[in-house]
Amino acid sequence: MKISEIKAHLGKYRVGIAGAGGLGSNCAAALARCGIGTLVICDFDIVEEENLTRQFYFTGQVGMKKTCALKENLMKINPNVKVIVHDTVLDRDNIPEIFEGCDVIVEAFDRADMKEMIIETVQTRMPGIPLIVGSGLAGWGNTNTLRCRKIDDFLYVCGDEYAEVSEELPPLAPRVGIVAFMQANQVIEILMNRGKKMER
Amino acid sequence: MKILLNNRVEEFSSSKLTVRELLEIRKLSFRMRTVKINGRFIPPAEYDNTEIRDGDNVQVIYLMSGG
Repeated sequence: MKISEIKAHLGKYRVGIAGAGGLGSNCAAALARCGIGTLVICDFDIVEEENLTRQFYFTGQVGMKKTCALKENLMKINPNVKVIVHDTVLDRDNIPEIFEGCDVIVEAFDRADMKEMIIETVQTRMPGIPLIVGSGLAGWGNTNTLRCRKIDDFLYVCGDEYAEVSEELPPLAPRVGIVAFMQANQVIEILMNRGKKMER
Repeated sequence: MKILLNNRVEEFSSSKLTVRELLEIRKLSFRMRTVKINGRFIPPAEYDNTEIRDGDNVQVIYLMSGG
């Protein structure tokens, strides 16, 4: 399939991204480059100096809302992508509203309890929408422990499900980026397969 | 009973286990995780009264902070 055909196909879909930190910002950049039609991105945070070790932001953006800074960066990559941002804290009640109409949702939170919350919410209140979770990406090295595990058609987990972020084991660009790109790759696989079924 | 636990066949002496019991036997109760049985998401509130039986496909997803 030619890149123009891939972009035309992916342009029909809408992807939700819950969080615009290391996972969300890098995943969004990859999806924008591939021509996803609409990205719905939600985060409440601002860009901090310390984020630049792994997140898709620049020194001049320190102090900006992550949603604004990311939209700016995505527009520079691909102005054809429609980027809808929500500057709010996601919870059980607003997730189904904010991500309504999304074909796939990417979990890109920092905290484990928030990951649990969105899994429960999407699995129970948004049946049929695949959720791509990131779990286990702290530190460096151990590239081969990172993988994408398919739980079933509606739940995938990218990462090693082992390495927890701590003072001594911070998240760094390479492992965070690998997991973020694994999530983007899974989104694209799901959407490209969806196309195949429709052609038959 | 034999169950599929994270895609591996595992054998247990009892004929059924609650989700809570399985997590305790496997020393997983202290970790942040989420559970699906035969494709159905099990909310934590149901761990005590949801039974796992022979042939069930149990998926435990470990949730680590960082992202």
